[in-house]
Amino acid sequence: MARKFISGNDAVAEGVRLARPHVISAYPITPQTIVVERLSDFCEDGSLKAIYMHVESEHSALAAAMGVSSVGARAFTATSSQGLLYMAENLPYASGARMPIVMMNANRALATPWNIYGDQMDSMFLLNAGWIQVYVEDAQEALDMMIQSYKIAEDPRVMTPFMVNLDGFVLTHTYEVVDVPEQELVDAYLPPLKLAENMMSLEAPKSLCITAGNNFNMEFKIKQNEEMNASTAIIAEVDASFAEVFGRKYHGLLEAIACDDAEVILITTGSVTGTSRMIIEEYRNKGHKVGLIKLRYLRPFPTEALAKVLKDAKAVGVVDKNISFGYEGTIFTNVNSAILQSGLTPKVHNFICGLGGRDVTKENIREMFDALLSSAAGDSCEKIHYMNVRCAL
Amino acid sequence: MNKPKMKSFTEPKTVTDYPLGATCPSDHITSINAGWRTYRPVIDQEKCVLCMRCFLVCPDGVIDKSSDRLEIDYDFCKGCGVCAYECKPKAIKMVKEAEFNG
Repeated sequence: MARKFISGNDAVAEGVRLARPHVISAYPITPQTIVVERLSDFCEDGSLKAIYMHVESEHSALAAAMGVSSVGARAFTATSSQGLLYMAENLPYASGARMPIVMMNANRALATPWNIYGDQMDSMFLLNAGWIQVYVEDAQEALDMMIQSYKIAEDPRVMTPFMVNLDGFVLTHTYEVVDVPEQELVDAYLPPLKLAENMMSLEAPKSLCITAGNNFNMEFKIKQNEEMNASTAIIAEVDASFAEVFGRKYHGLLEAIACDDAEVILITTGSVTGTSRMIIEEYRNKGHKVGLIKLRYLRPFPTEALAKVLKDAKAVGVVDKNISFGYEGTIFTNVNSAILQSGLTPKVHNFICGLGGRDVTKENIREMFDALLSSAAGDSCEKIHYMNVRCAL
Repeated sequence: MNKPKMKSFTEPKTVTDYPLGATCPSDHITSINAGWRTYRPVIDQEKCVLCMRCFLVCPDGVIDKSSDRLEIDYDFCKGCGVCAYECKPKAIKMVKEAEFNG
């Protein structure tokens, strides 16, 4: 095992190299560019035996990946923001065709106003695309998820495309010490993709992306939904088997931190989790009963796992680096539904922050916990809080 | 006529039995597809000179040339009329479907 001091983007590229995709079809976009540049280097120096396809757009990048996947080869692509949205038409194509494509998305703001920095507006836009969505906390998790994502996506019980999300710049461009596993270990853990029922060969030609009209369409979609929901078990299974081989685990759908006796719980995704871990420790040392949930997967959504952790919480806060205009943060909506379905009645608060790359500071996290503690104590408190705002609201 | 044959199709009993994704083996034809035709192209074999122009331009590939004369597969002809329009000896006439279906 090698230890390297690399950025989140480098870690993604290292992880992809270890997963041995046959074809990389990608179009560069800030802040994802370094991923595809590194993979291009690896293809050139021969350390990755893959075809590197220079496509003319993100739309083509995913279309090419579907072609690769349809003949049982392993496909990788990466994108961000406007690129992800340009690709959007092909996302449900890939998920409806049940192609186990893996895509890295560097979470970045959407225009307009034009902005290249990190928030989660892009991937939230495509929450309904039928892709598994995971949000990683650091570069090590980014690398490890490249391996786990293929293992999960290609499982015959799952067969669903997989989006790995890294916070733009905060994760993609920050350097960390990362353990890079041995190739032999990864090869043994992630054998080559087998030709599945929806894939073709010269001996068994297939019609792809067939029509199913009002007579049969609905059952296809129900099957897709049922199997995506059932993938929660495989996600947990793969995280456990990964831990056995590589010694690192990420607790499946979500990680509960100091939640056992917590009266207030903050729910985070991605890199904000790291900052929040520090504040949890600080507040616990002061005697506050605070907890943290690192929500890793948004699809499939971990309703049961969330309800289990939240069952005794008096106040729950959800951090959203996005807004669904005309309503609230998207994760907040999803968490609220899970809370209601589970018969829980905590006070709920939405902390909207980090839009267009605005910092989410330790002080902001303290403000969130203070608001939750005061809400739990019975004080009335705004439902939606905009954090770190530079003018009066 | 030598056109692909209809396959027998057993409807899946459960959602699990549905195909994995929108994919099926090639040449898997389970229903005819011509329901919206208003006019039907009819070939006047006397006038036809077998130039194959209709065979080339038919967007749905329903002109069959496996015998000594051209035939149209009405199970899949959509009635677009491109064949009649392109036919130089005017051997193809578009005839109202109602005349065939009473």
